Amino acid sequence: MDWASVSDGEVVRACRAGDDAAWRELVERFSRYVFAIARAHRLNEADSEDVFQETFARIYEHLGRLRDDDSVRPWIGQLTRRLCIDKLRAAARDPVPEDGSEEHGALDRRLETIDEAVSVREAMRSLSADCREILDRFFCRDQSYNTIGDLLDLPPGTIASRISRCLGKLRAAYEGRSGPASASGEA
Amino acid sequence: MNEKTPMDEVRLAELLRELPPAPEAWLQAAQERPAIARAADQVLELAEADAEFRRTLIADLEEALRAAGHEPDPRLVDTLRRRLPGG
Repeated sequence: MDWASVSDGEVVRACRAGDDAAWRELVERFSRYVFAIARAHRLNEADSEDVFQETFARIYEHLGRLRDDDSVRPWIGQLTRRLCIDKLRAAARDPVPEDGSEEHGALDRRLETIDEAVSVREAMRSLSADCREILDRFFCRDQSYNTIGDLLDLPPGTIASRISRCLGKLRAAYEGRSGPASASGEA
Repeated sequence: MNEKTPMDEVRLAELLRELPPAPEAWLQAAQERPAIARAADQVLELAEADAEFRRTLIADLEEALRAAGHEPDPRLVDTLRRRLPGG
């Protein structure tokens, strides 16, 4: 099944119906978001992994409580942020930024950027698989033209123009999309 | 978040870089969550039906899992601890 055209809400409904493939898609779809939020809180690797696993454990256990399936993303964002704060408090290693502090403001801005990045990734789902792959390898996995050329069997000289073309398509897709759901829907 | 605001491609590239993949092993472990939940369901059903097993499970969870033929995977142990009475 090609999950790229399936909405978040439909993935959630399929998960709730016990579809293991849908669950794998949900984890794949939100794994970068959860990982990025943990990194934004500057957790160490072990704590980041704990937060990552605990977030998905709670999503799995509480998916039935979600009132609006299309609001799964803000719900996951809130859940991950709460677990990060709990981890910081438990470790008492780094102070939790206080509301209104400069550090808290910087964290908020970072989280807003991550949310914007997730919206860009959502727009990416409307691109061809080839475009998604080349953009992901170059920008997200930081692979060189030569590595991408070897892996995708393309002359390295054509990679830059393909990236540019795909970025243009992504821009059009991003500007043409509607905004994401903004409210949490947990009961 | 201004989805309708025109965005230049430099900014788009910056945003793509904000979301590197999580480590593959983390992803795989999270994707196996339904199998862990099903194993926990089996163990708890057995504990419901067998008082002796229930006592062993509460006294020594990992040993009880081995006796019931389950590897004491830390995720299974953690799930059971949360779902057992007093967990």
